[in-house]
Amino acid sequence: MRLRYIGLRLIKTVLVTVVVVLLSFFMIHAVPGDAATVMAGQAGYADETYMKNLRAEYGLDQPLPVQLWAYVDRVAHGDLGTSFVRREKVLSIIMERLPNTMLLDAFALLVAAGGGITLGAMAARRPGSAGDSAVTTLAMLFYAVPQFWLGMMMVLVFGVWLNWLPPFGIETMGADYTGLARIADVGQHIILPGVTLAFYFMASYARLTRTAMIDVADQDFVKTARAKGISERQVQRRHILRNALIPLVTYAGLQASILVGGSVLVENVFSWPGVGTLAFQAVLARDNPLLLGIFIVTSVLVCLFNLITDIAYSLVDPRVELG
Amino acid sequence: MLDRRAMLGAAACALPGRSWASAGSSRRVITAMMTDDPATLCYPLFNTRLTQEICGNINESLLLFDWQFKPQPNLARSFEMSPDGLTYVFHLRNDVLWHDGVPFTAKDVAFSCGVMLPQVNPRSRAAFSHIASIKTPDRYTVEMRLSQPFSAFLLSFMASNGPMMPAHIYEGTDFRTNPYNLKPIGTGPFKFAEWKRGQYIHLARNEHYWKPGQPGMDGMYYRICPTPEQRLVAMETGAVDVAMADDIDTVVASRLINNPGIVTRNDAYYGTAEIAIMELNMRRWPFSDRRFRAAFLHAVDREFLVKAINFGHGKVATGPIPSTVPYYDPKALTLYPHDPTKAKALLDEMGLKPKLGGSRHRFSIMLTPDGGGEMTRNAQYIKQALAQVGLEVELQATDWPTQLRRSSNWEFDCAGNAYGEYGDPAIGTSRFYLSSNIRKGVPLTNEQGYVNPEVDSLFAQAARAVTHEEAQRHYSRLQQILTHDVAMLWLYERYPLFFHNKRLKNVVMGPNGPSDGFGATALA
Repeated sequence: MRLRYIGLRLIKTVLVTVVVVLLSFFMIHAVPGDAATVMAGQAGYADETYMKNLRAEYGLDQPLPVQLWAYVDRVAHGDLGTSFVRREKVLSIIMERLPNTMLLDAFALLVAAGGGITLGAMAARRPGSAGDSAVTTLAMLFYAVPQFWLGMMMVLVFGVWLNWLPPFGIETMGADYTGLARIADVGQHIILPGVTLAFYFMASYARLTRTAMIDVADQDFVKTARAKGISERQVQRRHILRNALIPLVTYAGLQASILVGGSVLVENVFSWPGVGTLAFQAVLARDNPLLLGIFIVTSVLVCLFNLITDIAYSLVDPRVELG
Repeated sequence: MLDRRAMLGAAACALPGRSWASAGSSRRVITAMMTDDPATLCYPLFNTRLTQEICGNINESLLLFDWQFKPQPNLARSFEMSPDGLTYVFHLRNDVLWHDGVPFTAKDVAFSCGVMLPQVNPRSRAAFSHIASIKTPDRYTVEMRLSQPFSAFLLSFMASNGPMMPAHIYEGTDFRTNPYNLKPIGTGPFKFAEWKRGQYIHLARNEHYWKPGQPGMDGMYYRICPTPEQRLVAMETGAVDVAMADDIDTVVASRLINNPGIVTRNDAYYGTAEIAIMELNMRRWPFSDRRFRAAFLHAVDREFLVKAINFGHGKVATGPIPSTVPYYDPKALTLYPHDPTKAKALLDEMGLKPKLGGSRHRFSIMLTPDGGGEMTRNAQYIKQALAQVGLEVELQATDWPTQLRRSSNWEFDCAGNAYGEYGDPAIGTSRFYLSSNIRKGVPLTNEQGYVNPEVDSLFAQAARAVTHEEAQRHYSRLQQILTHDVAMLWLYERYPLFFHNKRLKNVVMGPNGPSDGFGATALA
């Protein structure tokens, strides 16, 4: 049953990807200006031969349907093409950056979920108390602060003023650490961007956990548990929190999908060499093959995350069946 | 949207600076910045300022130029020009090695100037297309014969126009896909070491460099700093040593100028000699009328533009040729000082009388997409200034591809831009005024559609001139005609700021600034 379900979902993923390819191909080509114009403009000097050579090299002189067919044909053969501007294989460029983004996202997800659930659980213990108000207010604040601003403040306070953590980049430039030293180095660099990225989501986790736990706390089986004389701590952890997890799983899945493409601002502020910055630069340069490649890879990832979320439901709550 | 720079500025002022990259001021490495990975490290293939700044350390040219733009020996130890201006002979140094150990010879020069540069680089093509034949009588002599005299020929050997490329690497290959485009080989003081995509480019010391005592440092890093806030903080904390043109927005530049640990230069780009301009589409009325263009200049207070909008970093441009380069002739110019009354009179004269509500004419200015930077602020001020004389301006926001496409396809009224002179009017200036350079679809050509047969013939004569005096005569006449015609709206000469940490010395050595590399740079 489960395997059949996963198979069906994978077929849907392929269909979604095809639609993404078609839509984004036409959307990109509806935008005025092409890579040849941008490159000529950046070079500060151009003539017809230069433009003609560039357009011929990129196939931009072909009619649109021909370009589309050539592209779809290549993608079907597992080739995402060559970046106009960087003159390298799109897939290898993305694969070089993707692990960095995934690392940052995973870190942010853990910090957000861990911190948010802890805060939410604390707040839910005594709704209406001073502690509860503090957590709710704090959560609202984290939720409302713009990420780039928070990022810049992090840089100033922890990077420049206190000088505790390196504010830019993913590792120390030219240090060439290996093994544990490298992990420690990257670990230091990930804290500021990771926490900045996590803050926004942490707020949502805190509020979701609080609400769900207050809901669950009213239900009969909790009263039964208390009546049996189980310690309050056990009741909170075993009976209330675990049953409040379902909405959190939904949210984690959603967050993972958002993070894959949505960390552009934070990546930029911290010079994090991820997919977000890459996509941003690709748009500015009208680097269509690279941009399309990023769309395809991220849409596949989003589909996979959704699938994982659905499977996670059935693990957290055995009542949920796949099918 | 919130103003990020202002917020950062306010916050940073309150905090005492401390360095998180404090490896000490004695580290013998220069760190500079870039906004993104460059497209290629093949100098002539994609000749942007970023490529120049990096490859200027790797690839060298035959000549260097002093502050008066007089040619100085470099890879060529001497050169001669025949009296008819048709033959140039270069005598090369015999002690120069490419980074892979192969000797640099006449063959490389013939290949670079005769084959590779004219084929891939439009800027080199404009100059080297005058070469009829190249002979290499021996390993270290190159003889170039021109089809007709070209007064700017030697200036084409500025590193940014004529970098020497290795024949043994490129000859017979597809220049665009050659793997060495990503790991370049040159003769310069630093050699390519590592390129960590998305992070940095590392150049290492060339132990076999031919200039005695150089390079003064052990290596260079170009690290990616995509946001302006980061670049400012990196410079203030000493995490990077050098901030090049446009790395730092003029709005926050004063923080570095007033920083006692940082040296500010405004002459590092004299060789490029950029003028900020507004282009008008002269195919459309009333832009086709000289009086309208004169009124435009009279209405705009360009002193204010330089002093208030650009914090004094520049100088009012009086004509097509910047005041910092040869052939500038102040006596030939018609000047257009700030004079709104005169502007109104000119508009009245051409029949653009105020309609009900005070507006005489409505048109659009296409904003340069510089993220609210200098060019956007210029346009915003100009909109206000023109409103004072009854011209109503609509500012149109674009991104780069759109801006370039619209301007090169002549779909605009007025557009902000800037152009570089690159040492000689025949290289950088004439392309905007020659009627033969009206090319639809090609950016940075005569997009205004300015046509004047006399100007065409004068530019041709000046380029063909054999002596400096003869060329000067033609260029003086040209400046007279072009300023009388108001052939373009010249706003101000740009002096982009260049900053370096005080721990370094010998950083800017000539009018080409960072494009000539950091070989001479050493610890102060």
